[in-house]
Amino acid sequence: MFHNYLYIILRLNCVDILCALMQYKYKGGSSLASHNNNIGENAVAGYYSSTVKKNVFQKLKRDFIANKGLYWMALPVILWYILFQYAPLPGLAIAFQDYNMFRGFSGSEWVGFENFLRFFKSPNCWRVVRDTFSISMLSVLFSFPTPILFALMVNELSTRWYKKTIQTVSYMPHFISMVVVCGMISDFCRTNGLFNDVRMLFGAAGRKDLLSDPDLFYTIFIGSGTWQGMGWSSIIYLATLSSIDPNLYEAAYIDGAGRLQRIWHITLPGIVPVIAIQLIMRLGSVLSVGFEKIILLYNPLTMEKADVISSYVYRAGLQDANYSYGAAVGLFNSVVNIVSLILFNSLSRKLTEASLW
Amino acid sequence: MFDTVNYLLVGILSLLFLYPVWYVLMASFSNPAKLMVHTGPLLIPNGLSLEGYKAVFKNKNILTGYSNTLFYVGAGTVFSMFLTTLGAYVTSRRNLYLRKFLLPFFVLTMYVNAGMIPDFLLVKALGLHNSRLALILPAAVSAWNLVVMRTSFLQVPASLEESAKIDGANHWTILWRIIFPVTKATFAVITLYYLVGKWNSWFHAMIYLKDRSKYPLQLFLQEILVANSPTGLGDEGGAGNDFYRLDQVIKYCTIIVSTVPILCVYPFVQRYFITGVMLGSLKE
Repeated sequence: MFHNYLYIILRLNCVDILCALMQYKYKGGSSLASHNNNIGENAVAGYYSSTVKKNVFQKLKRDFIANKGLYWMALPVILWYILFQYAPLPGLAIAFQDYNMFRGFSGSEWVGFENFLRFFKSPNCWRVVRDTFSISMLSVLFSFPTPILFALMVNELSTRWYKKTIQTVSYMPHFISMVVVCGMISDFCRTNGLFNDVRMLFGAAGRKDLLSDPDLFYTIFIGSGTWQGMGWSSIIYLATLSSIDPNLYEAAYIDGAGRLQRIWHITLPGIVPVIAIQLIMRLGSVLSVGFEKIILLYNPLTMEKADVISSYVYRAGLQDANYSYGAAVGLFNSVVNIVSLILFNSLSRKLTEASLW
Repeated sequence: MFDTVNYLLVGILSLLFLYPVWYVLMASFSNPAKLMVHTGPLLIPNGLSLEGYKAVFKNKNILTGYSNTLFYVGAGTVFSMFLTTLGAYVTSRRNLYLRKFLLPFFVLTMYVNAGMIPDFLLVKALGLHNSRLALILPAAVSAWNLVVMRTSFLQVPASLEESAKIDGANHWTILWRIIFPVTKATFAVITLYYLVGKWNSWFHAMIYLKDRSKYPLQLFLQEILVANSPTGLGDEGGAGNDFYRLDQVIKYCTIIVSTVPILCVYPFVQRYFITGVMLGSLKE
């Protein structure tokens, strides 16, 4: 069996070399010196261009023979990926159709960019994109620096048991499910709820249902997001901080640097690379706001400020069963995200190389 | 001076993390009537009472939800770990030519996906709509977890693998006898990641399931806590009749009942999570 493959490979190679040589024969002649060089070059060039595909295929074949076990191992995973990750992609074609569930994919009419135009012209479009952008940017502004500050503060703690306890407590909100967090939020925002109690304590005018106020939606959304993520997101910064050479701190102390100066000149530069990567990855998803929390928290009164692209896709696409329209809006969202991700990723490649300290 | 301020600030922050959960815990043990008229912060139960918990445990939905969630989490985690381990192992074998294609093939899906609607249509087309498999199959593999696992497999010394090969081991043996014991911490991490993720997931259940008997716990929670609908409380056992009286307390009790398992477990396994985050940020 192996011999057959070897035979085929050798035969293909010989045939290709012959073909390359024959090609050369029909080209014009030249002086003997360059003639000899050209034979080599053209043979190689011909060989290369016509056999690049065969090379990969042959390599795979050889690879398969040598590593059969691995190929069998990879098979279920590959199948799963093809079925659940790549198979839906052609389904995006319905964004260009007027998809009818009963007529199916092949029976539905092709309408080109009509679904996209419908979205761009609809009164919802501007509102939805604006809300998504606002929430995303606000969360970068507030939810991004807070874990860093928290990590810096915790890093300065010297009592070990205190530090460990603080860290453990800070991870807790991350493990509470989104449904429960939103349940707590909606409960605390009631007229008689905890948040109103706090407001009264600070001298607010009167109690009101906080979740019905569109102006407060961003505060509640971002605030609870920060509460949930602060501890968990600080892990990566704390881990980086713990690997900073303590000799640097000692040297600075000897040189008379105060606490804040040491933080500014040693600690911060130590985590700048990590911050840069995290920031750029965060900015790369500028138009993706998770719909789960939005759907759990929004209501008709706050819709003006709370509706984001993904929740709009859920409502207009899934709930109202406008599959084509939903797919079109979703595709628009994905494309914007990919473009911004590529943009910020290439930015990161340039910047992080320049910021190697 | 700096230290004092720092300790204080961090302490206040921790109280802020803790207090909402403490409030819920205390309220869950409180007397329903007193709770309804209560305003202001709670530090201890307002009239110690177990009425809320009694109502919650009488609620068939909670029990159904719990057993469903246990199934989804158990079976789902096993299936996910199976696929993820195989994928991580195969992409960590340095002498495999296929690796050049496989790794981008897996990782690309982190950035490119078809979105909600095509996924939904696929599940429908496969006939998985309203079936328990819809919560196990589509979300099985997270490419991120695969990459983390692969990074840790790559750190196993090649000499171990080679000596096993000389002794005639095939890949399954290498994976099971050599890689697995050495990277047990990573297995723990990824299992925990999947476990917590699946315990807390609800959106897939919401769009793919119609039978209430298949709902996981989080979906019932959503009905009770967020949608404020009495149907979440079940129509038997008197809980439905007492809905308005027990409304408040039941919410708090269900939160505690559904979150306590994770909250009790996570402090003991947190070092695994931290390892996981560090592994995830390492580049080869």
